[in-house]
Amino acid sequence: MEAFLFWIFSIVAVGCGAMVVWHRNAMGSAIYLVVTMLCLAGLYGLLQGAFIAILQVLIYAGAVMVLMLFVIMLLSARAEASERERSLPAWVALGVIGLIVVIKMATLLHLGAPAVPPDGFGTIEAVGALLFGAYILPFELISVLLLIAIIGAVILARRRAL
Amino acid sequence: MIPTSYYLVVSAMLFITGAIGVLLRRNTLIMLMALELMLNAVNLSFIAYARQLNDMGGHIFVFLSITVAAAEAAVGLAIILSIYRSKETVDVDHLSLMRH
Repeated sequence: MEAFLFWIFSIVAVGCGAMVVWHRNAMGSAIYLVVTMLCLAGLYGLLQGAFIAILQVLIYAGAVMVLMLFVIMLLSARAEASERERSLPAWVALGVIGLIVVIKMATLLHLGAPAVPPDGFGTIEAVGALLFGAYILPFELISVLLLIAIIGAVILARRRAL
Repeated sequence: MIPTSYYLVVSAMLFITGAIGVLLRRNTLIMLMALELMLNAVNLSFIAYARQLNDMGGHIFVFLSITVAAAEAAVGLAIILSIYRSKETVDVDHLSLMRH
């Protein structure tokens, strides 16, 4: 059952990920991106990351993508970009990135199936205890970052600059 | 049980797909979405390693990175919106104001 779910989720995730890049207009890409994110949430669930799987659905597939769809619908009618051939530097950069990732992956392929995790691994309770214990400082700092992002987004999207 | 390497391979494929999108597409909205795809790919390998090493620190990192991605999407979309207001385009080729 686990293997079946893994293959379904990963094939759909990679396929829809490719469609995000391939699709002509932004609206279609956004829908495929939502499917990719839901499949990734399923993979997190298979990896015993229940809390992160919930967050992925709530924040990514929910909040972030709704924001994106709003902006796409605001712009999309006239917001088509011309897709012409990319220049040589882009292909070279792409080749280098692909090569680095493939080499890195080749060194990691020996990793086998992980051991059975302890009870409560990845639950909201366990992750929350860690978040408010050892990682309290990053947690507080990230809230400051969110505040900055909110103010920045409001100022940037104002109709007239200050 | 699924070996951890399989998850890492899925993560690498998604990351390369996202990199292709950022480098080859010209619509800034789609470039932003490809960027989100790359972030998601990295998150997947974080979770896979957290499971492999039995360490929930990886989950904390993904929590923080999802927050950063949300902030990045909000600011990025605000920038695209204000650029579109002044330039009437989302094509990166036409956004060469800062090019030397």
